[in-house]
Amino acid sequence: MAIGKFLIEASHIMMFARSVGDPNPIYYDEEYAKNTDCKGIIPPPTFPQASAQFDPEYGLRPKIGEEWFGSGKEATGLKPKKEPKDDKKEDGGVAMGLHAEQHFEYHKPVLAGDILTASIKPGESWEKDSKRAGKLKFSEGVTEYRNQDGELVITARGVGVQTEKPVGS
Amino acid sequence: MLKLNEIKIGDSYKETLVEDLKRTQIVQYAGASGDYNPLHTDEIFTTQVAGYPSVFAHGMLTMGMTGKMITNYVGDGTLTKYGVRFTNQVWPGDTLESEAKITAIREENGINLIDLEIVTTNQEGVTVISGTATAKVSK
Repeated sequence: MAIGKFLIEASHIMMFARSVGDPNPIYYDEEYAKNTDCKGIIPPPTFPQASAQFDPEYGLRPKIGEEWFGSGKEATGLKPKKEPKDDKKEDGGVAMGLHAEQHFEYHKPVLAGDILTASIKPGESWEKDSKRAGKLKFSEGVTEYRNQDGELVITARGVGVQTEKPVGS
Repeated sequence: MLKLNEIKIGDSYKETLVEDLKRTQIVQYAGASGDYNPLHTDEIFTTQVAGYPSVFAHGMLTMGMTGKMITNYVGDGTLTKYGVRFTNQVWPGDTLESEAKITAIREENGINLIDLEIVTTNQEGVTVISGTATAKVSK
């Protein structure tokens, strides 16, 4: 998988910073940001995650003309593929993926105006049993972000987990 | 940026990240990040289909809010590493506190760095994320 163009834009940074409740002017005010050591508006530390917006294949965004598993008339928009043949409850096909870990390494500065590309490589996968959520299946993905000069600027490593049962509090 | 002569191992910094987390903030994060998983914004799907008691925050929203605490402490553009494990879910209505503690002060390739231990807890004292960060400090 790959993201051809991850535009680092000031208005997207503004919306992202608002959503994490961060009023720091380094994310909003170009005049202020220019006069800091950063020399311009920078993205917040977890902003690389928003590259999902630029991933054409990203599965957790409704796609035009395609089925979406969230609720509408029914509690899920996914139509059952076949009628259940017996009393066994069919797996609704709902992704129970949760985020287990996320790690970022920042190699070089990124500023509003940069254009990054990202390449995503699957990493290791492993299993673990848990009392709280049944069998856990972990899988890792490593994303390398490069800037318009081809320099590696950020490496992100995410670990996802599929749980057997919902994890409530 | 923190200054080397103003810090020592064991120093810590704490912030309240959010009080009474609103569903609307979770929606805001979904829109900004692009992660529209209905588990975070669609109460009907989440309770009736997925079997959770309510929608819950993206782990990355908690990591993002925790990032605010860290950059408020170490300064902008100084982080070289930031990583967390998501240990418990964050629910609407939660109030979160986050703390960074200096665990090491070191030099790597002539750059002065500090390592931080990061813990974010909810109103019941339950850890929701734990992790580490590394930041540059000035002489």
